[in-house]
Amino acid sequence: MSVPVLKQAPVNPNTRILGLGAYRPDVIVTNDDVCQWIDSSDEWIRQRTGIVTRHRAAADVSVIDMAEGAAREALQKAGIDASQLGAVIVSTVTHPYATPSAAASLADRIGATPAPAFDISAACAGYCYGIAQGDALVRSGAAEYVLVVGAEKLSDVIDNTERTISFLLGDGAGAVVIGPSDTPGIGPSVWGSDGSKWDAIGMTHSLNEARDQALDPQGLTSRVNSQRNPAHGNTAHGSATLTALNTAEAAVTEAAIWPTLRQDGQTVFRWAVWEMAKVAQQALDAAGVTADDLVAFVPHQANMRIIDEMVKKLKLPETVTVARDIAEAGNTSAASIPLATHRLLKENPALSGGLALQIGFGAGLVFGAQVIVLP
Amino acid sequence: MASNEEILAGLAEIVNEETGLATEAVELDKSFTEDLDIDSISMMTIVVNAEEKFGVRIPDEEVKNLKTVGDAVSFISNAQA
Repeated sequence: MSVPVLKQAPVNPNTRILGLGAYRPDVIVTNDDVCQWIDSSDEWIRQRTGIVTRHRAAADVSVIDMAEGAAREALQKAGIDASQLGAVIVSTVTHPYATPSAAASLADRIGATPAPAFDISAACAGYCYGIAQGDALVRSGAAEYVLVVGAEKLSDVIDNTERTISFLLGDGAGAVVIGPSDTPGIGPSVWGSDGSKWDAIGMTHSLNEARDQALDPQGLTSRVNSQRNPAHGNTAHGSATLTALNTAEAAVTEAAIWPTLRQDGQTVFRWAVWEMAKVAQQALDAAGVTADDLVAFVPHQANMRIIDEMVKKLKLPETVTVARDIAEAGNTSAASIPLATHRLLKENPALSGGLALQIGFGAGLVFGAQVIVLP
Repeated sequence: MASNEEILAGLAEIVNEETGLATEAVELDKSFTEDLDIDSISMMTIVVNAEEKFGVRIPDEEVKNLKTVGDAVSFISNAQA
């Protein structure tokens, strides 16, 4: 039997980032604002996190609105029409619909239909996961141009009175267009996961539990507390929650039902400083370059102290410009690296064309890193 | 394997690197938080660097028990044994 020979898509040997866009929402939350909700001070927050302000989106601004703003700028900078896109990828953990995806809606809004469109759930590593996939799609010939967006409205999933993570977080979006290139523009992705630490960062409880709690506040609250915090079964925290629910105050009940983010800061800090410096070094090695070849370092903007420690561990020379957008933007999860890169290029246009090391890491735990040529 | 004096000297270097405190200020009876004014994030950085320097593992749940410099020296010494 003779089998017809299949055609396969021709590959592109090289890719690069052609254009970058950003969207920063316009509500500014200061440390003094934060201190109305938690017992802290401007000085304490600056010292431990390096954060001075965060941008948050107004109630009527959605993840897709912010993604659209960033995407339009990225397309314009890249000189690519949305109709040329072969895929639209949105990294987000805050699109409020389990389905349909933010990406499908975004593709339609910007005129990329019928490009394949899908979301990635990789939290603060989401942008680097998106770059890994966009790069692979273009090099494999599956798409000629790919739009990768990191967009988050974290203010929808925080509890302002919570102390482990909420005060760090901001909203925003960043986007890039990846396309074929004459020269290599995206180094090999070093990416991975460690699900054994799935509970280091995440939501207080699942949507199913939220539903059950809405239907039966007392029953579920005690169940969740005993499942999530076996050691705290019926301790002060559990009974305080029950008491609050018994008062039937709408606001309190809503806060208890709605899942919000929390983290084990100590575990995350150690993992970020210790393990992620190694991953960043692997990304340099995989790209065949050293720290001396970089013009910029753009780590996920989680905490200034993590950034400082990574810079030390990687022994970055002083000639490398380090992105510190976190001071003004807070931690914006999947949006933090493209937003920080956007600021870096705005403040230092001469860096364009140089090599930048970028690394994202977060809930999963998941991580991803690449060396890229700055657009 | 390092002696307790060597561990103390190594720890003092790490604390100096992280906080700028003089190495002589890092004494066995000093409390990390109260005497040396080391916050929780600096403490984790010191722990990570001590693990690297002394080739030991200091679990997260153990860190809260390391109240004084002496506690850390003893833990590292025992972990190396």
